Parts: sequence; structure tokens; C-alpha cells
Amino acid sequence: MTIDKSMNVLIVDDYKTMLRIIRNLLKQTDFNNVEEAMDGTEALAKLRSGQFGLVISDWNMTPMTGLELLQEVRADARLKNTPFIMITAESKTENVVAAKQAGVSNYIVKPFNAETLREKIEKVLAHA
Amino acid sequence: MRDVREGAVIMHNQSLDLMAQRLSTASPADAATVEAVVRAVFSTMHGDLTSSETSLLAEVEELGKTIAAAKAEIAALKVDDITDSHIPSATDELDAIVEHTAIATNCILEVCETLDELSAKMTGEPAEKLLDATSRIYEACGFQDITGQRISKIVITLKTIEAKVADIISTFKIPSGTEAPIRPEKIDVPPSLLNGPQLPAVAMGQSEIDKLLASFE
Repeated sequence: MTIDKSMNVLIVDDYKTMLRIIRNLLKQTDFNNVEEAMDGTEALAKLRSGQFGLVISDWNMTPMTGLELLQEVRADARLKNTPFIMITAESKTENVVAAKQAGVSNYIVKPFNAETLREKIEKVLAHA
Repeated sequence: MRDVREGAVIMHNQSLDLMAQRLSTASPADAATVEAVVRAVFSTMHGDLTSSETSLLAEVEELGKTIAAAKAEIAALKVDDITDSHIPSATDELDAIVEHTAIATNCILEVCETLDELSAKMTGEPAEKLLDATSRIYEACGFQDITGQRISKIVITLKTIEAKVADIISTFKIPSGTEAPIRPEKIDVPPSLLNGPQLPAVAMGQSEIDKLLASFE
């Protein structure tokens, strides 16, 4: 299956450095249309006003967390099928289960490697 | 004879009630209050004390002495230094670490981005190797996020200790020779925020998370 890498990807993290890292890693895999948001509220506004094929979000952010963003996305009729990958330092079983129950497409624990990111993106987009 | 005994019992109960009442409204850590209570109770008693009254009063008096000694020891430790300088200084240092690592990380990322631009103009194995190298550097730079989160946890812990020390100073009314310590702002961690990175020894790895996710399918 061929993945359309011209899609818009929204990355969400409250650490600017992490946004920059993910953006560069995506660029290396030819995802060049990348937008950024610093928390769930900003991300939701961008998602509602734009067209995105993938969301990659951190969990720990204020005022809206990544999990709350995921729940909003899944509750929105237009956005509910958007692939959503959580990248977070939270690695407790209950966190992973909560994200899965909220409808996360995949879950990456920090620190992560570039290969894991590429692999998860391909897997998620292949099932989209 | 019976009336006299009943009167003694009533007086004994009244004394104990008075002591309990005064102690319940007083600061639990104030030796002066304890002493005042003991004196007040003594003043209500007439005649010979029963052995239980004597024992109880001795214990209350001993309690007052213990509290006074504890106050003196804590004052000698200069615990207000903890809230006045040690913890603010430590949190400032930690903030500086975050700031400096962010600056250094961004510098590294900037160089990597330049190398990526160069690799885009190259072909074959050298281009691939260069891309692979920068990719690994990007991965490694993720440390800044993880260490930042860990440091934030430490800062919250330090501020919690600072608040508790200020509580102790305030409760014991410890003289510091300086102004009364400023009670630090209450540390409010939004309940929606989680625990941040776990220690490697207990953290679940990516393969375990993949297995857990697969168990839902």
C-alpha cells in the first residue's frame, strides 16, 4: 500500500525541542506538510479549521492534555477517523489502556527511536 | 461522707474537662499554652490531688517541656534557611539546567538540519549514512524533553518540601531572627497531568506496550 506523504500532519507537544525533533524525523521520511501545536486546545482548533491525515501528540500538556484531545477528536463527527498516535513518557499500563480505550491508533513511549516512529506511522496509515 | 466523695469526683471531672477544653482550642505545639493550661487546672483544684490527676498533670508538663525543647532544636537548625535560600536556590539551578540544555539541544538540531540539507543534495551511500547519522542525533536529542520532565518533577517535590517546612516553622512559631517565612504558594498540579517519565527499571518498554496494544485486537 502506498502512503500519501503529501498529507498534512499535526504534531502536538508543549516542548518546542520535541516538536522540532519530530518535524525533522518526519521530513526525513518525506512528510513535509507538518503543522505544530503546543497543547490540546490549540491542536483542536487547528484540526477543526483544517484537513489533517495524521495527529501525533504528546500526553502531558496543559490546559488540554493529549488524552483529552484524543477524546475530543473521537467525539467529533468530522475528525473521529483521523489516525492518532500518542508519543509520551507515560508508560504505565493504565495509561496505555486509557489511551486505547479512548481510541488511540498507536502509542509510542519516550525516549523513542526514529525507526519506531516510521514503523508506527506506516502501520497506522495502512489501516486508515 | 458519701457527699464529700461525690463532690471530689465532680471536681476531678470538672478539672479534666477544663484541661481537655483548653488543650483542644490551643495550638498543639505551643508550650506556653500547655503551661497555661496546667496552671489553670491547678488553680481549680483544692485539697489533695488523686494519683491519676498527679500523673496526668506530670505528663502534660513533660509534654510542654518536650515541645519547648523541640522548638529550640528546630530554631538552632535554622530551618527557615531552607525556605529562604536553599530551596529557591536549588530550583533556580534546576531551571538554569533546563534552559541551558534547551539552548544546547537547539544548537545541535540546527547543525543537524544543515546536514540534512546537505544530504538532500548528495546521492547514494554517503547521503544515506548522513541521513542515518542525523536521525540518530534527533533521537538522542529527545533527552532534553525527558530530563526536562524529570527536573519539573524534582522542582515540584522541592516546592512541596518548602511548603511543609514553612508550615512547621509557622506551627511551632520558631523565632528566626528575621522576618517570618513567607509561606510558598500552594503547589497545584493539574489532576489531568500524569507522572511523567518513569525510572528505567520500572518503565514499560515499547515492545511491552506493543504487546499490550495487540491484546486489544
